[in-house]
Amino acid sequence: MSDAKQTKIDLGNLKAGGFIKERGKDLFTVRLRVPGGRMSVSRLKKIAQVAEKYGGEFVHLSVRQSIELINVNYKNFDFVVEELGEAAQKVASCGARVRVPVACGGCEYNPNGLVDSQKSALEVDEKLFGTTTGHHKFKVAFAGCPFDCPKSATNDIGFQGAIYPQLDMQACISCGLCAKSCVPKAIVTGEDNKPVFSDAPCIWCGDCVKVCPTSAWSEARRGYTVRIGGKWGRNPLVGTLFATFLPEDKVVDFIADVLEWYKLKAEGLGRIRLGDTIIKEGPQALLDHLRIRFPEFTVAETIAPQVIATQVGK
Amino acid sequence: MQTIDLRGVSCPTNFVKAKLALEEIEVGETAQILLDDGEPVKNVPRSLKAEGHKLIGLKQTDEGHYVLELEKAEE
Repeated sequence: MSDAKQTKIDLGNLKAGGFIKERGKDLFTVRLRVPGGRMSVSRLKKIAQVAEKYGGEFVHLSVRQSIELINVNYKNFDFVVEELGEAAQKVASCGARVRVPVACGGCEYNPNGLVDSQKSALEVDEKLFGTTTGHHKFKVAFAGCPFDCPKSATNDIGFQGAIYPQLDMQACISCGLCAKSCVPKAIVTGEDNKPVFSDAPCIWCGDCVKVCPTSAWSEARRGYTVRIGGKWGRNPLVGTLFATFLPEDKVVDFIADVLEWYKLKAEGLGRIRLGDTIIKEGPQALLDHLRIRFPEFTVAETIAPQVIATQVGK
Repeated sequence: MQTIDLRGVSCPTNFVKAKLALEEIEVGETAQILLDDGEPVKNVPRSLKAEGHKLIGLKQTDEGHYVLELEKAEE
């Protein structure tokens, strides 16, 4: 062994994970950090160069919006990290950590977006990425509106952009467009063709505000609908409602507060996800914890994460 | 008033056809746009509003389709 050349690798690069063992000897997948799935064209070019130089014949687009370089020899880790770094491209995480948040396209160019999901994803990625949970993985997703393309409730914490509508009856011209646009029928047409709003069916999608020709409908509140405890995989759970109209600037603190509870309550339970911890402790325990710091946004009561029947395995 | 008949035309072709037809009329003039129930009546008015046109009203006809009335805005 004395004449064998010792491979040197900066182990610091591996701290957050993101280097995933493949089937073949010496080969790894390198998962890239792409919060919200937004990839600048210049970074994309650099990734293509690095993939061509160190990777296989293709890259994989992961279901969580990452680009994964495949067939990377571990001896090249330092070069891959360094060359990606020239375009400020970082490596993602794996394992029992806060993962890179996913998000829809956001509201800058997508006409459905109500809240800037891209901005939130970047902020959470910057402040919480890679935080170790001590128990299991921790996934966060941001949807800009209740159409929820990112399937927010299948994440440990899912955020869904929402606005609560209000009507200025003086400005209403009785055109009927809001009632026609309202899919859940929270707005119906009453006397004189004026809209009649009922609170219960409203899902806070804002379609009435978007279609209203005179701005008679406007937003009274804006923020995120927050569902907690979801996951997919072997035993899927759908997260349930813990907060409404949470302002964008409270998102990071809110997640940190959930993490604090999770770290504490899952102690000694082994490799357990947040949703199963909530089922064990009861949803009220987490709700009470969150109410201390977020009294004006937490809901009065909630239910445990909902089990999805996969019909396979008992 | 000009009538733009978009019945039987699905999204997003109906919206693009509406844009093309609106190019032919004067700013400030009103037009009637005939839309099918479902996706078209849900999407097209909102998109035309986002283009800056002034929506005036929406009525359902006895045959089931909708008539959207709007005033053309500046380009």
